Amino acid sequence: MTKLLSLDAMTPPKRLAGEEQPLLSVEDLRVEFATSRGVVRAVDGVSWSVRAGETLALVGESGCGKSVSALAVMRLLAKPVGRVTGGRILFQGRDLLALSESEMRARRGREIAMIFQEPMTSLNPVLTIGTQLAEPLQIHLGMSDAQARARSVELLGLVGIADAERRLGQYPHQFSGGMRQRVMIAIGLACNPRLIIADEPTTALDVTIQAQILELMKDLSRRLGITLVIITHNLGVVARYADRVAVMYAGRIAEEGPAERVFATPRHPYTVGLLRSVPRLDRARGGMLETIEGLPPNLLAPPSGCRFAPRCRWRQAACDADPVLRPIGDGQSAACHFAEAMPPPAEPASTEAGAMRHVGQPLLTVKGLKKHFHVPLRGFFGGTATVKAADDVSFTIGRGETLGLVGESGCGKTTVGRVVLQLEKATGGAILFDGEDLATVSARRMKALRTRIQVIFQDPFSSLNPRMTVGGTIAEPLRKRRGFGRAAAQDRVAELLDQVGLLRDMADRYPHQLSGGQRQRVGIARALAMEPDFIVCDEPVSALDVSIQGQIVNLLAGLQARLGIAYLFIAHDLAVVRHLSHRIVVMYLGRVMEVADRDTLYAAPLHPYTKALLDAAPIPDPAVERARAPRALKGELPSPLAPPTGCVFHTRCPIAGPECRAEVPSLREVRPSHMAACIKL
Amino acid sequence: MSATTLARPRQPNPVLGFIRAQPLGAAGLLVILIMATAAILAEKIAPYDPEAIDFIAMLTAPSMEHPFGTDAFGRDILTRIIYGARTALTIGFLSSFIGCTAGGLLGIASAYFGGRADMIIQRFVDIVLSFPIVVLALVVVAVLGKAAVLGVDMNLVAAIAIPIVPRSCRVVRAAALSVRAMPYIDAARAGGYSSLHIILRHMAPNVLAPYLILLTAYIAQAILLEASLSFLGLGVSEPKPAWGLMLAGDSSNFYQEAPWMILFPGLAISLAVFAFNLFGDSLRDWLDPKFRA
Repeated sequence: MTKLLSLDAMTPPKRLAGEEQPLLSVEDLRVEFATSRGVVRAVDGVSWSVRAGETLALVGESGCGKSVSALAVMRLLAKPVGRVTGGRILFQGRDLLALSESEMRARRGREIAMIFQEPMTSLNPVLTIGTQLAEPLQIHLGMSDAQARARSVELLGLVGIADAERRLGQYPHQFSGGMRQRVMIAIGLACNPRLIIADEPTTALDVTIQAQILELMKDLSRRLGITLVIITHNLGVVARYADRVAVMYAGRIAEEGPAERVFATPRHPYTVGLLRSVPRLDRARGGMLETIEGLPPNLLAPPSGCRFAPRCRWRQAACDADPVLRPIGDGQSAACHFAEAMPPPAEPASTEAGAMRHVGQPLLTVKGLKKHFHVPLRGFFGGTATVKAADDVSFTIGRGETLGLVGESGCGKTTVGRVVLQLEKATGGAILFDGEDLATVSARRMKALRTRIQVIFQDPFSSLNPRMTVGGTIAEPLRKRRGFGRAAAQDRVAELLDQVGLLRDMADRYPHQLSGGQRQRVGIARALAMEPDFIVCDEPVSALDVSIQGQIVNLLAGLQARLGIAYLFIAHDLAVVRHLSHRIVVMYLGRVMEVADRDTLYAAPLHPYTKALLDAAPIPDPAVERARAPRALKGELPSPLAPPTGCVFHTRCPIAGPECRAEVPSLREVRPSHMAACIKL
Repeated sequence: MSATTLARPRQPNPVLGFIRAQPLGAAGLLVILIMATAAILAEKIAPYDPEAIDFIAMLTAPSMEHPFGTDAFGRDILTRIIYGARTALTIGFLSSFIGCTAGGLLGIASAYFGGRADMIIQRFVDIVLSFPIVVLALVVVAVLGKAAVLGVDMNLVAAIAIPIVPRSCRVVRAAALSVRAMPYIDAARAGGYSSLHIILRHMAPNVLAPYLILLTAYIAQAILLEASLSFLGLGVSEPKPAWGLMLAGDSSNFYQEAPWMILFPGLAISLAVFAFNLFGDSLRDWLDPKFRA
């Protein structure tokens, strides 16, 4: 891989407002979608612009219209459902909406390129990478096969893919997610576009890969003078990479301005709320997270006044009138009547309110847990390969304690959770729950224990049976396992709905009638119905929007405080884990790298992998972010089919030596109650 | 987009609610009901005796006396279609229902248990699939003989249902495999419910859509298969009236001079199949909570 140019991030290029014509400006854009239940105004009078060489971030939660406004720029809205009903999109002075389809096609890919979120599905699986890279070159630039091939090799080199000649003949499935996103970027760059629109380019990627991809994009945009529009929900990404930010809410721009200004002095209550509700890596846990209560408005019938007013804590009578986006100095504009009176984004973190409850006897002890999967290789007689999804994993969870289990995708954290739940049988090791080994206990005994061990899943859309009402879902454990009668179950369902912050009459609804956050609350209520001692939370907030994440994190913390439930909290988001956990286990390629108390781990990580993870996670504060050194961790996660010998991390480790290849480091106590698996320590 | 402002789903009267939400399906249901009534009350409605031979009226074109004409033996075709509805509905519906339900449950179980159970069930399915439908049905009828229950030959129903089993098993298993991977199934397993409960309560309702499509599609197949068996002398035999038999029997010798002999039984089969399809599609949407809002 080519070495990324080190970026002088401290001094972003100085540009003054109004200095030059914007490259792209969207003016008063309106987009409507005709649905069976009426017309949704997904984008309602939105204006933003980006100057040449600048990086603009469009930020907002799902459904706020950020992707739709970008698709409108490319004129790629799904017809005939979605259509532009007003406004102009000026690119280099020409209105894209007025172009003919063939004129537009000549610009797509040639002058404006787009990179999508899902690198797994945005490449065609039956064509080689070379064919897909050559396509825009031959169509837009009329290159010959040989020319296109030469340029493709050059492009792959540019995006840091080694051995380009050989890899051109390969198919997408032979590339990892991060590598595919690099290929997508190479395709985007193929015709030297003036503008690249990247729609959540790193959301599907791991944090260390995300850092690589974003560094690459930023670096390329500087070297090649490409203007970037990044659409994202991740405020950390914005803080590190954007020159300007436009915050969208319910189809409108809430606030717009230079990144440093928006983060330092947000002028819209929604921005303030967003910045406050994100758990921060660089701050100690301070009791409950602040959240934005409620849900975004339904765009079928948006509120007549300020769209944020129903959720706004500073709401006043004047908010019944729709605020316009108005400039408030320093290049910043906000759509709030009281923009000048906004408080600072960060209230001083309260002093360790969530005192560390050190919990006495262990509830769950996992000892030397192994889970190996046998994967058939190619061909009938290919035999099988062994994937060690979890290898020699040990940890202990005390009563009422939260153990955070962190790692990138494929590290085996979900497998550990599934084995603890006995959804998978362990290959080896012991899982002692309250003294009984779940791996060897009889089926009858396991069934009895299942009321004490429950689970909350990541995806609130698929974790509820779509054919069952909310009430039916929550009542099932009560009726089938806890011997409740019909009436008693109904009463208990109502109590549980109260407990998780849902309305009682939601019992009659079906999952598709609820929002993501509400569904996740139903999932929590279903788990609580068993009155468990222990819940495995498998990425319970990672599919939710930022403002909803905070609500669910607070709910889980509050339930633990009241009911004394222990959690195994599996997540890839280090900040969320930090907020909820007492102790943290870091995993990589099926092995435990480090175990420590939460504050120790974040303040003084020992293992180089933990350090790299903490380093790669962006912090939503431009001042902090830009002062940090560029990311160190390189390379890809090795294939679990052929894990490295010795220490599994040595291929990416900055401090690895030849001895790391020889010996599998065992987890040892490096400092009191702080374990790490590294021979260099 | 959140749909939190939706009204609570409440239907004061399920029949009225169905008619209002699914008018086409209701029309299909109406046709099915009319045919069922005709079948039950055949003696009262039919203008002639279905087996009465009238050589004077041989091969008469449709007229006031014989609205659908007569066949080579002078038997009234309308009468025979009305009586034939009995066989069509019982054999057609019953064997498709039994075959698809058995196959569907087998498919769900195969997907749910996976591993060795799945392997065994699927190899069994492969074996049954490797016999041509007619040959398989032939063997079943030949081995079992006849066993009439309420005038319906149950062994004939079985003979037609058995070839349907592996076919619906395959399709339902494919759908069930994706349901099996859903977290709500894991949640149910983590709840410690019995496999039977999980299969019936969590898996089956979520593979209803392909099941209902199969069910309605195989009704037509079953009616035609019954005709084939009848033609081979194993199903309903002459002179008993059956739609398939009317289509497949000696009418083929006369289709040029007396096209009504095949036209009307053919229309009857098409109409029945069409009605079941309409009803099945609407039922699928109606049972899906997502389409009801």
